[in-house]
Amino acid sequence: MSPRTQGRKPPAPSIQTAGVPPISRSPVSGYPIHPGSLLSCADLSVEDVGSILDLADVLEKEDPVRRDRRLFKRRVSLLFYESSTRTRTSFELAAKALGADTSLVSAQSSSIEKGESLKDTGITLRALGAECIILRSPYSGAPYLLAESTGLPILNAGDGMHEHPSQALLDLRTILAHLKAGAKLSETTLKGVTITICGDIFHSRVARSNALLLPRLGARVILCGPPPLLPDAAAGVAPGVVIERDFDRALDQSQIVMMLRIQAERLAGLALDLDEYKARYQASSERIAAHAPEALIMHPGPMIRGLEITSQVADGPQSAIADQVRNGVAVRMALIVRALGENGSSRRQSRKRTSR
Amino acid sequence: MNPILIRGGRLIDPAAGVDAPRDLLLVDGKVAAIDATGKIKSVDAEVIDAKGLVVAPGLVDIHVHLREPGQGYKETIATGTAAAAAGGFTTVCAMPNTIPVNDSAETTRWMQSAERGAVIRVFPIGAATRGSMGDALTEYGSLKAAGAVAVTDDGKPILGDAIMREALNAAARVNLPVIQHAEDTRLTGGCSMNAGVVAFRLGLRGMPVEAESGLVERDIRLLAEVKDSRAHLHVAHLSTRSALDAVRRARRNKLRVTCEVTPHHFVLNEEAVDSYDTHAKMNPPLRSEADRAAMIEGIIDGSIDCIATDHAPHAVHEKEQEFERAPNGITGLESALGISIAVLHVRHKLPLSRVIALLSPQPAAVLGLKGRGTLAVGSSADVVIFDPAQKWIFKASESKSKSKNTPFDGWTLQGQILTTISEGRVVYRRS
Repeated sequence: MSPRTQGRKPPAPSIQTAGVPPISRSPVSGYPIHPGSLLSCADLSVEDVGSILDLADVLEKEDPVRRDRRLFKRRVSLLFYESSTRTRTSFELAAKALGADTSLVSAQSSSIEKGESLKDTGITLRALGAECIILRSPYSGAPYLLAESTGLPILNAGDGMHEHPSQALLDLRTILAHLKAGAKLSETTLKGVTITICGDIFHSRVARSNALLLPRLGARVILCGPPPLLPDAAAGVAPGVVIERDFDRALDQSQIVMMLRIQAERLAGLALDLDEYKARYQASSERIAAHAPEALIMHPGPMIRGLEITSQVADGPQSAIADQVRNGVAVRMALIVRALGENGSSRRQSRKRTSR
Repeated sequence: MNPILIRGGRLIDPAAGVDAPRDLLLVDGKVAAIDATGKIKSVDAEVIDAKGLVVAPGLVDIHVHLREPGQGYKETIATGTAAAAAGGFTTVCAMPNTIPVNDSAETTRWMQSAERGAVIRVFPIGAATRGSMGDALTEYGSLKAAGAVAVTDDGKPILGDAIMREALNAAARVNLPVIQHAEDTRLTGGCSMNAGVVAFRLGLRGMPVEAESGLVERDIRLLAEVKDSRAHLHVAHLSTRSALDAVRRARRNKLRVTCEVTPHHFVLNEEAVDSYDTHAKMNPPLRSEADRAAMIEGIIDGSIDCIATDHAPHAVHEKEQEFERAPNGITGLESALGISIAVLHVRHKLPLSRVIALLSPQPAAVLGLKGRGTLAVGSSADVVIFDPAQKWIFKASESKSKSKNTPFDGWTLQGQILTTISEGRVVYRRS
């Protein structure tokens, strides 16, 4: 199995035909995916998740001077093809807290504007000494291309509608802290916990990453939203995921509620009656009080206050929105350490080109 | 041109109902004689020993993109036909989505000129509308006179009802088929693979099955309206069960509808996209397993008229892009026979003569290519000689095509081609 398919569902055996092997990927570009990469939550085992969260705890508590030596002068590039506040800043702060040098390349102020390809941009950053690239792209799957083009560890900071794995990990950390779940992470850590993700699921990489990650720890995930924003196919994304179109009924069952923004920039002509949407899916104080008075309310941001969530709920006592942001730095420090290996432990990868 | 005597082979000529040991004599670009082994004497002929091998009519691919004029960096008529010859093809029909679009007699003739360096026969297919813009019909009579064998806007559908009706009528008057790329593009904007769970998981917008079947149904409705004109609709690269069912129904209603399927649509499903493999990106997209199985079923029960490759070469740098940005299409000429034998004959037990029928006489019949796809005396001396039992590994790096964009690199296929003869000339010989 190619590194790309690690953790993913293997190709359906039915395409194996006599005399014809299943597709053996010949990567378009030459490198195998670096094991320090995080491209999809599907690539993480429960043990991986546990060790990332354990490392996040250690790093968060660590003396900043000592922590600064962990990746002192190592080079981390942030390659951002889309705007970002939380993710970019917290990755940057995380890298700097570990002593690494960071450089930011964004689409508007680079040769990307002149039409430079992702592959060439990646090769250029590598030539400039980047040892790890944190990528945000409007294209689903772009991190796979960058990983194969450079051989570097790539951290997916959000790719199109596909995934945002570091967000799911920080969401998990937030949930575990709220539930005061101790000890070792396992497949039953979230047994009996129901999490509703409500809103624009179709366009949401956060929803996909959470829907892949949380059921692996035993959680039941309810996806909620109107059909144009939540196609029936979404229920097939992972075992343990169900669709409930009635938000009140979903809330009645949930200990955790994640609200999502309607991604106007990805709607592509989809017409939506916002008043009707608010009536059915807004997290308002009345609705939360009636159906989920104890639940933890989360939102990956950016929020559109007054649309999917009211200010009273976003700023209210049940809200964990600021905790999520705070957890982002700790989790991302752990991911960067995992990607680069620590100074002295010499995990710098040899850059051997595989056959094309 | 020396005569060629192919001796001792198993001659399979589905059009003539022959599957028996026969010798074959080719003289002056035509089939001159067929007889029992050892019966044909020719002193000056080059003798090809075909013992243990199949001798069949050269394969016919009615759906290829040779990229000339305009995109010689992807493929030229010379390299594309060399790839075709290596794949056992002796006739290919070139789609008009070139730059400029082949919507004129002039370009149609240019493509057939000897200077293009084609090693096998190329029949251009003309654009159905000017610039393939879907607004005004091209001149079908003059396209046909220049050598075009069908009209299409392939790559795009002929979307408007009125223009499609006009196209069917106008093409019928000059006895040309209208080939439709059946995709209701109003349903596929921004889409890059088949709609469904896999597309959802990968965060890619999906093309619904209805985008294909809906347009096929619309076309069949229009065809029924103009029934008296004897118009002929050919559905290109059919990929869904529902569209295939629509074709079956139309046939029962005696409408003149034919269809083709590509090897990738009967051997791969949407899971091949896996982690954004751009070599699994094409249009129509790889479909669900149920749709893939329906293509096999349609081949076996005879609902599908022929196999066509939709050979669509692209440069490496074009496919080395983000999945949604990469162009659609894969090369197919050199893997088609090997896949068809491995899957249809070996796995699904389809007789070899039927596999050949799907790749030679049947596609020739769809486009009315006379004297092609048969080895009857007097027909074009187009022959493929292959070892039906020989397994071989398809290597993209060894492809004669300028482009290497194939998902089948490294696959073990069956049926090794040893010699291809086009109009009496050996155009490929395995070294």
